Amino acid sequence: MEKILTKNIDKPNSQDIEVYLADGGYKALEKVLTLKPEEVIDEVKKSRLVGRGGAAFPVGLKWSFTSKEDGEPKFIVCNADEGEPGTFKDRVILRNDPHLLLEAIIIGGYAIGTSHGYIYVRGEYYPEIEVLEKAIKQAKEKGYLGNNILRSGFSFNIQLYKGAGSYVCGEETALLESMEGNRGSPDCRPPFPAQSGFLGKPTAVNNVETLANIPAIIINGGNWYSKIGSPGSPGPKLFCLSGQVNKPGVYELPTGIPLRELIENYGGGVRGEFKAVLPGGVSSSLLTDLDVKLDYKSIAKAGSMLGSGAVIVINSDTSMIDVAKNTIDFFAHESCGKCSVCREGTRRAREIITRFANGGGRAEELDLLLELGEVMYDTACCGLGQVAMSATTSAIKLFRDEFEQKVRE
Amino acid sequence: MSTALWKTKVDEVTKQRGKARETLLPCLEAIQEVSGYIPQEAVSYLRENLDVPSVDIYGVITFYGMLTTKEQGKYVIRLCNSLPCYLNNSENMLEVIERELGIKAGETSPDKNFTLEVVPCLGLCDKAPAMMINDKIYENLTEESAKKIIAELKG
Repeated sequence: MEKILTKNIDKPNSQDIEVYLADGGYKALEKVLTLKPEEVIDEVKKSRLVGRGGAAFPVGLKWSFTSKEDGEPKFIVCNADEGEPGTFKDRVILRNDPHLLLEAIIIGGYAIGTSHGYIYVRGEYYPEIEVLEKAIKQAKEKGYLGNNILRSGFSFNIQLYKGAGSYVCGEETALLESMEGNRGSPDCRPPFPAQSGFLGKPTAVNNVETLANIPAIIINGGNWYSKIGSPGSPGPKLFCLSGQVNKPGVYELPTGIPLRELIENYGGGVRGEFKAVLPGGVSSSLLTDLDVKLDYKSIAKAGSMLGSGAVIVINSDTSMIDVAKNTIDFFAHESCGKCSVCREGTRRAREIITRFANGGGRAEELDLLLELGEVMYDTACCGLGQVAMSATTSAIKLFRDEFEQKVRE
Repeated sequence: MSTALWKTKVDEVTKQRGKARETLLPCLEAIQEVSGYIPQEAVSYLRENLDVPSVDIYGVITFYGMLTTKEQGKYVIRLCNSLPCYLNNSENMLEVIERELGIKAGETSPDKNFTLEVVPCLGLCDKAPAMMINDKIYENLTEESAKKIIAELKG
């Protein structure tokens, strides 16, 4: 497959605007400025691109909702707060191809009708922040950012916001709270950011990888894009392969490729004997079937979620109780504490799993954990609480004997 | 670590981004960066300048992992212990580093040279186990490389 998202990353000085321009960079923006905003949104709708940050919401629809809202000014925010354990794909774009992202944000701004763009980037991504600052400066100098871009009458600016170490801020309402100078606690939705986002105004929040698809869609058309990969959720996807695998890394592949192919053909095979995989980071449920296809619908049908595409491979030497403990420790630490079901649920689950890890589990608590997982899925305010127990409950369902061996005699 | 430095930084940030509430986090980050922590005087200064109650400022500081009101070591070691690093022996790295430094995770060495933190995913999962020391990245750690890194910093 021809690379779309990572086509520039291996070029020398790929961060430099001259290198980007030499290979058709900012041509999509030039084209967009001759179109009406509705035409841009229609093209994106035709592509059937869905968000790559985890929630898989159709991008064209999100932009269309935001553009139709009455409030002014509107905002477009690029979510670069990559934090899902096992996810390191946005970093590849941020570090190596920042102009691809800037071009996409400017196009998004034009489509929804705003001059105000933001990038909320993880505070720990020091090298990437430096690259972005430089890229914004270069784009301004060349007239792709600022007033009256390419004499079109359209003006647009991008400001950086740095995160300060909080996983939940990757959730869009929490991210907006953080930008507003508050604790990054998610808000209950509705209203959605498209209706009431940054400073209460209509706001489109899009993930880095999602946006990186936009220039190619504009140049080649939505129909072209919709034929790549899996018909149900088309496009290229950046898969982050990590864990107990020989060649971990980011691989750009069409959606729908079998998990086995990713691990064996690209990842050099499992280190040791395959046991299970988390296909969408620690927020997803464990899968043991290597023949499952890596697209949103197939993974959902198999009982998990593709999320951000963080494929974490686990081998047979690893205890599933340890996996469960590691993930629930993480969620107990990152729960913002706003809604009680998540705050208390993650802590109680951690206590129980810790007992199992120490060989002092109580048999009846396994079913209690499964029930707690369901309650949290149904009632937690945001995605964090809803999926906090996914890895744990799937570990119990698939590897119950391991837990039962750790029941106190 | 002088008082004047964080004040200068805050003034720079507010000059560039304005004095609305949205400038609070960038100001706190600037103070943390130049001072290594957020002193009480800085909170008072922000309260006056941004017109945000101290309680809200402390609320924000305590929410974010990279902000702290406690003085940190010259070198802040952030060792990742999320699942991809865990599956690649990060627990072992933690033991090694704790032993080399003589402090536990969450502590600062008495000479104020090192603060050791265990943190969630740093986005370095393909080079696990990984850590950051201040803004520098260390990847594919082994017992030997971790020992060497610490020894070099100790000087």
